[in-house]
Amino acid sequence: MYTQGLDQAGYDTGYAQDDAALAQRFQARVDAEDKIEPKDWMPDAYRRTLVRQIAQHAHSEIVGMLPEGNWITRAPSLRRKAILIAKVQDEGGHGAYLYSAAETLGVARETLVDQLLSGAAKYSSIFNYPTLTWADAGAIGWLVDGAAIMNQIPLCRCSYGPYARAMVRICREESFHQRQGYELMLALCRGTEAQKNMAQGALNRWWWPAVMMFGPSDRDSKHTTQSQRWKIKRFTNDELRQKFVDFTVPQAEFLGLTIPDPELRFDADTGHYEHGPIDWSEFDAVVKGNGPCNRERLAARRTAHEEGRWVREAAAAHAAKQALRRAAEAR
Amino acid sequence: MANDPRFDYALHLADNALVLAQRLGAWVGHAPELEEDLGLANLALDLLGQARLCYAYAAEIEGRGRTEDDFAYFRDEDEFRNCLLCEQPNGDFGHTIARHFYFSAYQQALYTALAAGPDARFAEIAAQGLRETRYHVRYSANWLVRLGDGTAESHARAQAAVDTLWPYVHELFESAAVDRAASAFAPAPESLRSAFERTLEATLAEATLRMPSDDWQPRGGKDGRHSEHLSYLLAEMQSLARAHPGARW
Repeated sequence: MYTQGLDQAGYDTGYAQDDAALAQRFQARVDAEDKIEPKDWMPDAYRRTLVRQIAQHAHSEIVGMLPEGNWITRAPSLRRKAILIAKVQDEGGHGAYLYSAAETLGVARETLVDQLLSGAAKYSSIFNYPTLTWADAGAIGWLVDGAAIMNQIPLCRCSYGPYARAMVRICREESFHQRQGYELMLALCRGTEAQKNMAQGALNRWWWPAVMMFGPSDRDSKHTTQSQRWKIKRFTNDELRQKFVDFTVPQAEFLGLTIPDPELRFDADTGHYEHGPIDWSEFDAVVKGNGPCNRERLAARRTAHEEGRWVREAAAAHAAKQALRRAAEAR
Repeated sequence: MANDPRFDYALHLADNALVLAQRLGAWVGHAPELEEDLGLANLALDLLGQARLCYAYAAEIEGRGRTEDDFAYFRDEDEFRNCLLCEQPNGDFGHTIARHFYFSAYQQALYTALAAGPDARFAEIAAQGLRETRYHVRYSANWLVRLGDGTAESHARAQAAVDTLWPYVHELFESAAVDRAASAFAPAPESLRSAFERTLEATLAEATLRMPSDDWQPRGGKDGRHSEHLSYLLAEMQSLARAHPGARW
């Protein structure tokens, strides 16, 4: 998912150094579905986990502006252009309030952005795939936002209040994006042969990366148990992946598109779709920085940051001068 | 109805807004700060909305079933009636801000006059646009002040941007054929200049920037004679739509 890097890196539960009574009271509140607020006591490891999860989510929104932004200047109708600009803008907005949510845990946005630019912080693997045709803008809305919603709706009930509240708004917008993406695909599938082929091509490219967004299989995921105990995470990777597949396959059928998985079948006994094996070597490569666009995405973020430095410095210098002028006037 | 001056005028307004929106759209995801990604996207969306209203009006006046997308995607460069200023490249953030400040200060004066004009539709479009344009003036003026007053580097960059784009300001205030034909319902461009200059002088003074002085006054955009930049902008914008003529999106 947007925070799949959590399933990869080193991790600790960290209760040992915290006061046992405080920890016990904290866990009791979490168990009672109380919201933990910024000034409340919390275990260090809970704070660290949240900072990393929220930051990865924020970074994913920011890097996620790039693949779809790639089609803003070429959107094939003015209506689609307006929808796309507004959508990419929403993603930036999500990044902004997620960075704010992370700041309530005591980490400055600049620090988090530096971690993204240095390559130290992770963001979702999905945004390291290219948008080769217009249909990819639709596939991202339909599949990527669709997958994100599966993960994010439970996060609206996350134990940490500021994150949960940010997710309420984000989910509302993401589900709007998902419908817009699907509607874009529907227009293509009801269009010319060439448009339909474009839609199928996009599904072929984005299906498996979307399925992988949920992160490693439960067998290999290190963090699920502790995060579930803290009610940061409510479902396992595989549970969410299954929901996504069950939800999406009928949508593809309605579009008249073929899911690129010859082993995909509906199991009448379980009521679930069973998918074929996932190529985890591809996932590992993308997470380690060797996906098709990892380098370009980071380079684009670094370029924007570097080329914007003089602007940010100007804004800071002007604000400082203004403050001095106001102070002088007050004297 | 062919040869209705409102048709050409509506296209002129729409083209200004669309071409500038297209330029601004290219910033989204690449701005100096996240807040500016959001801000520049807002400006682009406002202008795109204004362009669509004007194209819709042009389509109605023409009455031949053409749509906003026919106007945007299936006209050639010499049919576009936007001013040269709008098609100038983004350059650095300072150039984008200077271009935007010049254009929105002009557009504010224009929309103020149109909103009080005799054509009900233009008045309606202008009144709605004016609310947005006032914000655009404020956004770009605030940035011009920050850049001009900020650091030595930002001051130099802002002055260079203001100077580089200045020659394209003159066309905004010169009557071309499209303006002369519209004299019954639209203000003469020359009449808008004093309001523009008041905004300009106040902002440049606060930004500690000097008034540009340059006698070069390129023109022709409103007659369909553009700079080299527009054909690239259109080639990119129109490429997908033109690869699939007749397709619905």
